Amino acid sequence: MKALLNWLDDRTGYREILNDALYERIPGGARWRYVWGSTLTFTFVVQMITGVFLWMAYSPSSQTAWESVYYIQYEMQFGWLLRGVHHFTAQAMIVLLALHFMQIIIDGAYKAPREVNFWLGLILMQLVLGLSLTGYLLPWDQKGYWATKVATSLSSMVPVIGPDIQRLVVGGPSYGNHTLTRFFALHAGVLPALLIGFLALHIYVFRRHGITVKTPPKAADTTFWPDQVFKDAVACLGVLLVVLVLIFWNAPQHSSELGQLAEEGRLGDVFGADLGAPADPTENYRAARPEWYFLFLFQFLKYFSGDVEVFGAIYIPAAVMGFMFLMPFIGRWKLGHRFNVIYMTTLLIGAAVLTGVALKEDRADEKVAAAVLDAHSKSERIRELIVDRGGVDTAGAVNLLRNDPKTYGAELFAQKCATCHQFDGHDGTGEPLKIPATASDLGQFGRREWIRGMVTEPAGPKYFGATVGASYNGEPVETRFTEGEMASWVEENAESMTSEEINAVVEFLVAQGDRADNGAVNSELAAAGREFFENGNDNLTSACVDCHAIRPIGEDEELGDIGSAPLLTGYASEAWLRDFLRNPGAEHFYGDNNAMRAFDNLSDQELNLIVRWLLHNWHEPETVTEPDTVSEPDDSGE
Amino acid sequence: MTADSNPTETQETAPVPPRRSFLTKFLSVVIGGVLVVFPFATGLAFFLDPLRSRRKQGEEEVAPEFEGFIKVTELEELPVSEEPHRYKVIDDRVDAWNMFLQQPVGTVYLLRSGEQDILAFNADCPHATCPVSFDSDRKLYQCPCHNSSFHPTGDIANPDSPAARGLDRLEVKIRNDNEVWIKFQNFLPGKAEQIPVT
Ligand code: HEC
Ligand code: HEC
Repeated sequence: MKALLNWLDDRTGYREILNDALYERIPGGARWRYVWGSTLTFTFVVQMITGVFLWMAYSPSSQTAWESVYYIQYEMQFGWLLRGVHHFTAQAMIVLLALHFMQIIIDGAYKAPREVNFWLGLILMQLVLGLSLTGYLLPWDQKGYWATKVATSLSSMVPVIGPDIQRLVVGGPSYGNHTLTRFFALHAGVLPALLIGFLALHIYVFRRHGITVKTPPKAADTTFWPDQVFKDAVACLGVLLVVLVLIFWNAPQHSSELGQLAEEGRLGDVFGADLGAPADPTENYRAARPEWYFLFLFQFLKYFSGDVEVFGAIYIPAAVMGFMFLMPFIGRWKLGHRFNVIYMTTLLIGAAVLTGVALKEDRADEKVAAAVLDAHSKSERIRELIVDRGGVDTAGAVNLLRNDPKTYGAELFAQKCATCHQFDGHDGTGEPLKIPATASDLGQFGRREWIRGMVTEPAGPKYFGATVGASYNGEPVETRFTEGEMASWVEENAESMTSEEINAVVEFLVAQGDRADNGAVNSELAAAGREFFENGNDNLTSACVDCHAIRPIGEDEELGDIGSAPLLTGYASEAWLRDFLRNPGAEHFYGDNNAMRAFDNLSDQELNLIVRWLLHNWHEPETVTEPDTVSEPDDSGE
Repeated sequence: MTADSNPTETQETAPVPPRRSFLTKFLSVVIGGVLVVFPFATGLAFFLDPLRSRRKQGEEEVAPEFEGFIKVTELEELPVSEEPHRYKVIDDRVDAWNMFLQQPVGTVYLLRSGEQDILAFNADCPHATCPVSFDSDRKLYQCPCHNSSFHPTGDIANPDSPAARGLDRLEVKIRNDNEVWIKFQNFLPGKAEQIPVT
């Protein structure tokens, strides 16, 4: 063994290198205040290791970036831990950077002969900030996407070449695949390589000049190994522990279910870094905020607008940074050094105050809070959808979400329908209607109670009663429906129908819709209802079929004639509703009486979302099922 | 790193060796080890994820005796004949975070020799997984890559075949008197016995 080492030393001279590295002299003894540089190096090494492993599972494109990170976080073993370490170590690095920097300034370690090393340090700082900025985009979730979009659009403010710079950074006129490939290459290739290079120079130059001893040494000199190494190691361990605490932050909240989560491989649900909803370029995210350590810049920018915005975005930050390069010269005078210390302290305090103000303003802003909440519920929803489907298709997760009635149905209803209809008394999203309703309340449309109401009190306020104040095509609707054929018929015949007969005909209509949310159909009752629908009873002025045509479900022949009342074939089913919405004024629906606008310009996707949402037809995770009547569980109607 | 080697050149003032030097050295090495091992071990555990067997999600529920079986065709479409018919096997395909519903996942040959007698073969050659095809003139399965040929029964037909076993037979079940369900599996190539790839 010894011979081998001797041979190796002979060929490489490794002992001398090792000795130089380990037995560097530390005048005045090892001290805790020297650890910051080492902790920074340590965090960088951690980022390199975890980063390369993450790289093995990450796929940079707009349909796969979020999806692959999702897979890392929730599906791959220890993915949440790996991602958590990478994410929180990055944050720790920023804090350590600030500490290291302040220590250098206060100790005067930037002054001659260490100017060059100070400059190298400033460059390293830029590189670390660059890594943070590029990394924030990579998961391609709402917050990363919108925050980075804002940041890159600032670069377009650079005079003259700004727009070109922005185009180069973004990889084209708009955000997308090439933004990701470029950011990823910067994040995993260019910036780390530069960082390694500058870090090597930084450490080399540092070794050349040695440690800066501020106060005259009280203790005896020592060497780097083992005393300072020990202190450095303990400090790094401290950093690692902080990172772990952040990763497991939610543990106390979930302590009771941890065992089960671990067994099911679902620790990623509660631990590690947050993954927001997938980026949706069509949905402007109100809470686009950079990472916390850039918040002060974000806040600073708020005080500049219009023509002077470029000062807040570029000139002033650049001047502040540029000034730091001059510090070694200023620090030659005693007063200059003091000035430098005050300058940096003021900067830090200023940044802290701005950060505080930014956080406070956000907390007071309901729209931001709502956007954050919305993004959070979307990120939980998308998880349910992916688990249900067993994975995403090539169109990606955002497409899955966009086709989810539970997520977008209410919004669409509020936009398109709530100008006339209500939904359980509100506009679908829970907000009150802006103007009084002029059409029925569709909250329970097609369910037993609702149909029953339509058959017993069609002129009531939840049905046609609301239409009296409406006007359509410039013509007031007035009593067109409240005294229309249906309402008149019911008024004349209400006394002549038994409750049992009404139940039966309602069950018959429920059977036509064949809807999962209505639960199982009582087929005996429905058969009686069919009989009543066709033949009525002896006391009625006419039967339903005398006005309504229908082809009962499972039969081949249509009863009655189209023309005088809405066709009830497949009533309240998705197909019926879709057909109705496309053209409510069709002869087989409301014909000349119609007072509802046609939705013929709605895309198929939007139509589908509204229809499925109204019919409560969306995926719910198995634990939550909510059929409105007591009945055997049914297959969800997908 | 040997902790006890001494600096070769003495500096201006030889540093005083700290008293608890051994403990310091020992702890430094231990902590240093933890610091490097932790991120690396996390990464390694993550890297080994593919070795874990994953249960398939989103699978339709079928009667227990048909679990793992896929419907390929119906008896009506599969005449009794001396010649096998080729079918695509359609199943949901998982690719990491992607789930592709109803995709071709493989090819099989079905040979129906009697009312209920069906032989099913995976069309991948057991030698090196090239897709074999049936040559009606020679009444043999022919592999395009290394010249293996197989009888309609799946047995090796040419003595110089590099294949270590015959074509891979798959389990067949008839469901509802008409539907042909097979247990589609791939097997490790080059082995004399059938070892399923999971
Ligand atoms: C301009 C006002 C108006 C808008 C907007 C409107 N409706 Fe209507 N809707 C009516 C009126 C009035 C009726 C009564 C029948 C008719 O005139 O066609 C009606 C009837 C209906 C019916 C039949 C049940 C009933 O109460 O008579 C359904 C279902 C319906 N609307 C769904 C929708 C949906 C879904 C939307 C949004 C995509 C929508 N409506 C938008 C006015 C409107
Ligand atoms: C005299 C003709 C007539 C008879 C009889 C009649 N209806 Fe109607 N019904 C109508 C008309 C017309 C409408 C459309 C509203 C209007 O213009 O009054 C309507 C509307 C409806 C609707 C609402 C359709 C929608 O847009 O959502 C339902 C449900 C309904 N009728 C069920 C029945 C049932 C069940 C019976 C038998 C018990 C029946 N109707 C008997 C004429 C009639």
